[in-house]
Amino acid sequence: MPCPHPMLQPRTRGSDVPLTPLLTAHWDQPDLHTLHGYRRHGGYTALPQALGMSPDAIIQTVKDSGLRGRGGAAFPTGMKWGFVPQGDDRPHYLVVNADESEPGACKDIPLMMTDPHSLVEGVVITSYAIRARHAFIYVRGEVPFVVRRVREAVAQAYEAGLIGTNILGSGFDLDVVVHAGAGAYICGEETALLNSLEGLRGQPRLKPPFPAVSGLYSAPTVVNNVETIAYVPTIVERGAEWFASFGTEKSPGIKLFAMSGHVQRPGIYEAPMGIPFSELLGYAGGMREGHQLKFWLPGGSSVPLLTDAHLDIPMTYEDIAGAGSLFGTGTPMVFDETTSVVRAVSRWIEFYKHESCGKCTPCREGTYWLVDLLRRFDEGQAVASDLEKTLDVGEQIMGRSFCALGDAAATPYPSALKYFRSEFEDGTRRHTDELFPPAAATVFTEVNA
Amino acid sequence: MTTTDDTRAQMRQIVARYPQPRSAVMPLLHLTQSRDGSVTPEAIDEVAELLGMSRAEVTGVASFYTMYLRKPGGRFRVGVCINSLCAILGGDEIWESLVDYVGIDNHQTTDDGLISLERIECQAACTHAPVMTLNWEFLDNQTPASAREVVDKVRAGEPVASTRGPRVVPEIAAVGRSLAGVDDALDDSDNGLDPLTLAGLELARELGHALPASDAATADEGV
Repeated sequence: MPCPHPMLQPRTRGSDVPLTPLLTAHWDQPDLHTLHGYRRHGGYTALPQALGMSPDAIIQTVKDSGLRGRGGAAFPTGMKWGFVPQGDDRPHYLVVNADESEPGACKDIPLMMTDPHSLVEGVVITSYAIRARHAFIYVRGEVPFVVRRVREAVAQAYEAGLIGTNILGSGFDLDVVVHAGAGAYICGEETALLNSLEGLRGQPRLKPPFPAVSGLYSAPTVVNNVETIAYVPTIVERGAEWFASFGTEKSPGIKLFAMSGHVQRPGIYEAPMGIPFSELLGYAGGMREGHQLKFWLPGGSSVPLLTDAHLDIPMTYEDIAGAGSLFGTGTPMVFDETTSVVRAVSRWIEFYKHESCGKCTPCREGTYWLVDLLRRFDEGQAVASDLEKTLDVGEQIMGRSFCALGDAAATPYPSALKYFRSEFEDGTRRHTDELFPPAAATVFTEVNA
Repeated sequence: MTTTDDTRAQMRQIVARYPQPRSAVMPLLHLTQSRDGSVTPEAIDEVAELLGMSRAEVTGVASFYTMYLRKPGGRFRVGVCINSLCAILGGDEIWESLVDYVGIDNHQTTDDGLISLERIECQAACTHAPVMTLNWEFLDNQTPASAREVVDKVRAGEPVASTRGPRVVPEIAAVGRSLAGVDDALDDSDNGLDPLTLAGLELARELGHALPASDAATADEGV
């Protein structure tokens, strides 16, 4: 099918921080998703290296690399692995969170699509390190193509003796199960994911205990994001020091950044942590012709908005937190001046209401009220007191539920109000469609005839 | 529908993948739905019995996840992402156009049982907005006109190719089997590469940006 999107514009800006294709280095090879293709480009060379190390040495290497979880929470990966009790007689599990569903996050799906074996190799190495002999890859259900790709990669790895019993003669045994979800954003929350995998409704558990102590089937379990695991083989192969030489001390390494929205050239850009947002935007070709940046979100819809006042902010956990937002998944969504911030926030909150699992009252009821209030702004039917009331409802949700979904629902509005208060005030008088004609924000020019 | 020996064997294979049988409830529901068109009371009995769960427990799972249906939908399910970014970049226009063109609204199915329309949430493809799905296979960078073309093809019985996925989008039942982990034979041999996924890599090559070598890996790292 032809792509009608006007995306491939020439790049106009220079940039100081070079792109660093590491995971993506061979993504253009049409057979990279096969075992043969992956091997031809150096795949499965880290695995024998890892199996020659002690599990503790691998954990130490990953600790030294400074790798932090790429699913949004940014917890130090090696430290998480280190929390798994060793020398106990209980089974340990590795569970890969491949439930990428956060609005704006779109890096794990293309990774699994183009290069599923990098994930599989990372799974084997990680399982060996944490002494798990059973690993699960929980892929969201709405991407059957990706489910097939990952299943196929796992099957090929079994056939080649890279998964199964006595892997490469090391005496290490591992089974890997690819598990498909069935449409529930909440299952990206690690304890909800574990419940789902146990055959329960996908509702979060109270923490502590944390999964490292009591996870799948109440056994010690590491839950890691796809991108996190996929970088593990490169760290084993090239060394912790090399990986940590990129980025900053607190935000080390190389990262998959996904740029989306009103940019000339949306896509996946692999770059060092700490690259300024303006540089990423430059690589993405800048804003579409004739338009200016209005607001952007560094990583998903669960983080506060930033504006053109934050263009030069380095993409690190600490710098983005310092600017009042969160790094999240590191997948910036970028919007220009044709966009109604009221409409954007309203849709995100509808999403959270739809995805609230219903377990905790503040989230279940609070998202209902937030949707109602935001709709009033969108339709020009709000009253002046709704501005504060919406803040108040958010505060009643924040920090009052088992998991972060409710917090996420309460997050976009306060920052949107802070930077664009007048637009919410306009929402007491005029419909969003009048204020921001939707056709101007679309990326196609055709009239909807 | 009655369970054939084949289905029963597939169900047992699925259960055997997991350390505890109960973990198989989701793939089994995907499988029975692909056979029956929805999650039927009979299927709930069947899954409950096989896994040693109560009917209420299986029903609890089936009713929690949006992909399990209480009534059969169309053989081709058309989804339009209406989450903020896709909606703003054109998803709303695409949705309105399809509602007019197909003549049904959200969660409805045409009288001939061919097409269902669904407003869907983020598909993790924001780089490719506005995004649609046909039986959950990606149709990236859509417009109202291209969306209507998809409907035309489905109505005419012509194959629709996913932009990143199978060359021929299968009927919904085949998708259920894929999710259950049986019958994965679809032709998707090299389809997954596209200019947006490769944007960074191609730009790095164009600009001559090379990955600094490590001591351990020096030889083959030209980009």
